[in-house]
Amino acid sequence: MVELLENISDEKLKEELLKISDPEIPVLSVFDLGVIRKIDVIDKDVNIELTPTYSGCPAMDTISMDLKIAIESLGYKANINLVLSPAWSTDWISEEGRQKLEAYGIAPPLEESLDAKALIEGERIVKCTNCQSTNTIMVSQFGSTACKALFKCEDCLEPFDYFKCLK
Amino acid sequence: MNDNLYRYLLILGDNSMILGQRLSELCGHGPNLETDIALTNISLDLFGQVRSYMQYAAKIKGGETTEDSVAYLRSERDYYNTILVEQENTDFAYVIARQFFFDAFHKPLLEQLMNSKDETISAIAAKSIKESKYHLRFSSEWMRRLGDGTEESHSRLQNAVNDLYAYCMEFFQETEVEKNMKENGIGADLELVKVSFLKTINEVLPQAGIEYKDIKFRYANGKQGMHSEKLGYILSDFQYIQRAYPNMTW
Repeated sequence: MVELLENISDEKLKEELLKISDPEIPVLSVFDLGVIRKIDVIDKDVNIELTPTYSGCPAMDTISMDLKIAIESLGYKANINLVLSPAWSTDWISEEGRQKLEAYGIAPPLEESLDAKALIEGERIVKCTNCQSTNTIMVSQFGSTACKALFKCEDCLEPFDYFKCLK
Repeated sequence: MNDNLYRYLLILGDNSMILGQRLSELCGHGPNLETDIALTNISLDLFGQVRSYMQYAAKIKGGETTEDSVAYLRSERDYYNTILVEQENTDFAYVIARQFFFDAFHKPLLEQLMNSKDETISAIAAKSIKESKYHLRFSSEWMRRLGDGTEESHSRLQNAVNDLYAYCMEFFQETEVEKNMKENGIGADLELVKVSFLKTINEVLPQAGIEYKDIKFRYANGKQGMHSEKLGYILSDFQYIQRAYPNMTW
């Protein structure tokens, strides 16, 4: 269960909040992604602190809007505060989130030094999401979104996204 | 103090904004798909940073000011970006060289701003530096590839560097506003940024086999609002929607 939601008594509200996902990666809830830092419910006010992943990420406006709609549909008032510091890091993606990413076809981020080896030195260590082989090469440092790089598996030839380490 | 801070935010934000706009012109026109995506992603990162600066600038200005009015509704002389970032996308070598020089300056600038006494600026810098590292990695790699590539790619990159490196010292010419901000512990010490910048240049350009030691610096004063004619063309594109349909929102 998501820790941030433990103190919320309204089950319906919890349920609605858990449905909010990243529009670019719909399998990840905003809690898996780790962008929600704090939720307080005081009477009919729901106060949320939201941290952006990348500064220009267009998903942030959508997430913010989705939260607002979900919360206000239940008769609450949503106060969403964008907090920049401390800055989001891929370490904030939950373990469950990492598994969901991989199942969805996006290789989850490696830790910082390995990430640099994969992206700069071209070491073959990123695991293919299709066949699990690590015989993979980087095609482009920037993928379909700023947070991902494009890889290709040399064994099964499947192209796939790799979620870059951001620290 | 607040006037200085407002102006300082524009100096910081306008560089990223005008370069972001230049890069966005390449959307759908990159030399190949991966590079096209990379350049527009960099543009998006820069615009994300710009939003944070402009939101903060609007808050300081107060009244009716919004992030959009700060970004879109100034006249040419009220933009304070450096001359380098308004240079055209002449060819891919120009795009890469311009990006490389900017990144080599931007990363150490953000490193310093992370220690700013102003909490919003330090938060924006801490966020942006992570992105800036990726940008520098991308542009440095392409500098090496073009410089050490074919005769054609080498000569194009050499031309681009001859033209663009000449503008780079403007980054480090401290204006009154930057001096004031530095003395108040808010702004960066540009002398220190320059040390880091030159370290990157002295490492990457020789690896790329590019000559640069004899390039003469050109006088440039974009940070005081004195621009080349190129900015006007950028702004006429950039401001079109807000000027044609005032107060339009998404």
